[in-house]
Amino acid sequence: MSGRIDDYRQVAPPGAIDIILKLAERVRGRRLLHLSGGRFGAGAAEALAPVVPLLNDVGVDAAWEITGGDPIFYATSTALQAALQGGERALDEEALGHWMEMNRINAKKLQLAADVVVAHDVQPASIVGSRPEGGRWVWHCHFDCSAPQRRAWGMFRGIVEQYDAAVFALPRFGRRLAIPQYLISPSIDPLSEKNRELAPREVSRILQAQGVPQDRPLLVQIGPFTRHADPVGVVNAYRLVKKHHPVRLVLAGTAGDDPESLDVVAELRRAAEHDPDILVRELPPDAQLQINALQRAATIVLQKSVHEGFGLGAAEGMWKGKPVVGGFAGGLPHQIVYDVTGYTVHSVEGAAFRIRHLLNNPEIAARMGAAGRELVRRQFLVTRHLTDYLALLIHVTEGGAR
Amino acid sequence: MPAVATAPFVFTGCVEVRQALQRTASDERELMDRLEEVPPGSIFYHTHGYFLRHRPITTAYGNDFAAWVAVQVRDQALSERLAVVNPFEFASLDALREELVTVVHDHLRRLRAVPRVESGEAFHFQQSYIVEVELGPPATTLTEFRDGLATVDASAIYFHMVEARARLGRRAGDFAEWIRASLGLTELAERIERIDSYMTSLERVRARVLSLVDAELERTQ
Repeated sequence: MSGRIDDYRQVAPPGAIDIILKLAERVRGRRLLHLSGGRFGAGAAEALAPVVPLLNDVGVDAAWEITGGDPIFYATSTALQAALQGGERALDEEALGHWMEMNRINAKKLQLAADVVVAHDVQPASIVGSRPEGGRWVWHCHFDCSAPQRRAWGMFRGIVEQYDAAVFALPRFGRRLAIPQYLISPSIDPLSEKNRELAPREVSRILQAQGVPQDRPLLVQIGPFTRHADPVGVVNAYRLVKKHHPVRLVLAGTAGDDPESLDVVAELRRAAEHDPDILVRELPPDAQLQINALQRAATIVLQKSVHEGFGLGAAEGMWKGKPVVGGFAGGLPHQIVYDVTGYTVHSVEGAAFRIRHLLNNPEIAARMGAAGRELVRRQFLVTRHLTDYLALLIHVTEGGAR
Repeated sequence: MPAVATAPFVFTGCVEVRQALQRTASDERELMDRLEEVPPGSIFYHTHGYFLRHRPITTAYGNDFAAWVAVQVRDQALSERLAVVNPFEFASLDALREELVTVVHDHLRRLRAVPRVESGEAFHFQQSYIVEVELGPPATTLTEFRDGLATVDASAIYFHMVEARARLGRRAGDFAEWIRASLGLTELAERIERIDSYMTSLERVRARVLSLVDAELERTQ
């Protein structure tokens, strides 16, 4: 991560930085306040970490504040977000009242006066009830809330509609609302540890430290060990491929402490015990460089999810010049251009077929890798994200939202 | 001594602010019904706007409706009929809307069952707002115009050749209009006006304008 817009000239599309600087001239000095639940992890925090310093670098007065509280506050906002994502959660009226009260206290501590305030996801959302006079308020949702628990949505909708506008990653991630819904795709930071260029020697050193040999083509899936990410389906696809190609499968990711995750990890470990070419690697949350090296060492990047949010792993793989075989889920079909940058598949057999096709036709894999990198350069880099934010800032402050 | 324009040409790029309209279609009849009721801006977004968003890859279908019918509904016949509708041939967005609705209606009349999405994604209607961005130094001669055009961001090609014609009512397009009105080069303006922007990329449109301008510069030097 750089924080200086000029450093991105080397990776952004030609002319993109000049457009950013011209847009920034129109909102120079305006105060843009981001509110989120934390500074680390995926989703909002991962998006804001590079965007906020860059906004400041181009002249916007951008700040990023965190809302906090006691354990009940965190537990309630986590349960509410899970319910809005469709999970079955028992939401206690008293706990919800406490969550809102804690955000009223947060509001008193924070300087909320700004030209635009963007609250990210659920944890800070109810702070809108304490919005001061003036300024435009936007709720930015980083998850799929198209099929929420009805009772949770019934309560939360009343909060969201106190904003002037909402932002979703995809049109189908939203719900019917009485406010305008804008669309901003998430992005990757090409200068971060997860995506920066690595020399082949550096890649080899990191893989060696992880016990991943590079003597055969590598199929790599990075992602949580959950049923949604379908690593077990990936093992089954690999077994179909293995009959014809001497490949190695790397499944790297994080395991939760819930029973489902533990089941998945146990199943993967059993598979690995019987086949030394299946490598299961549990990664710590800050394993950015290891993920980078694994994706760069991959022959094909897999993201065979059956249920997914936006799924930026596909964009990460494409940025490293790899063809991607992904599930037809979430944002994956919006990143993988079928037969151009990779394939979206609906089954284990489909994944195996496409992997074999790419292994048998390395020239196609190379062409797709190059096309994928160019696609990401134009559509999924943080520079595009910054452009979208600046355009939205101009639009809503010039009367575009409700 | 090259002719100096009576008014300079200012290259203007653009950025889209995309908005979801909360209207969807899961089958071809719903597509037809929604086409009749969405704002004109949504018709523009899914037809003309296609060329701004798809510039890194081929514009294989010509518009979002044809792409959705082909990829999600898997009805190749309707996709072909929608793809051939050239949005640049219509005098207004309502006329374009009428043509699209007629194409779907005529197609459905020949079928007993309405084709629908089975395992794919519904069509989500959107629209966009354009934020304009002035780029580069203004051009006051044809040579300066040529130099600016060669390097300007591709969104400026879209703005001056597509947005200006279809949504801003400048039917000739900004390049042709400036060359005619400010430089007095009527024939060159007419040639640029005749460039077909449909089913091609913005880079190809740029290359065609450049080749016409180069020919004019060669002729006059």
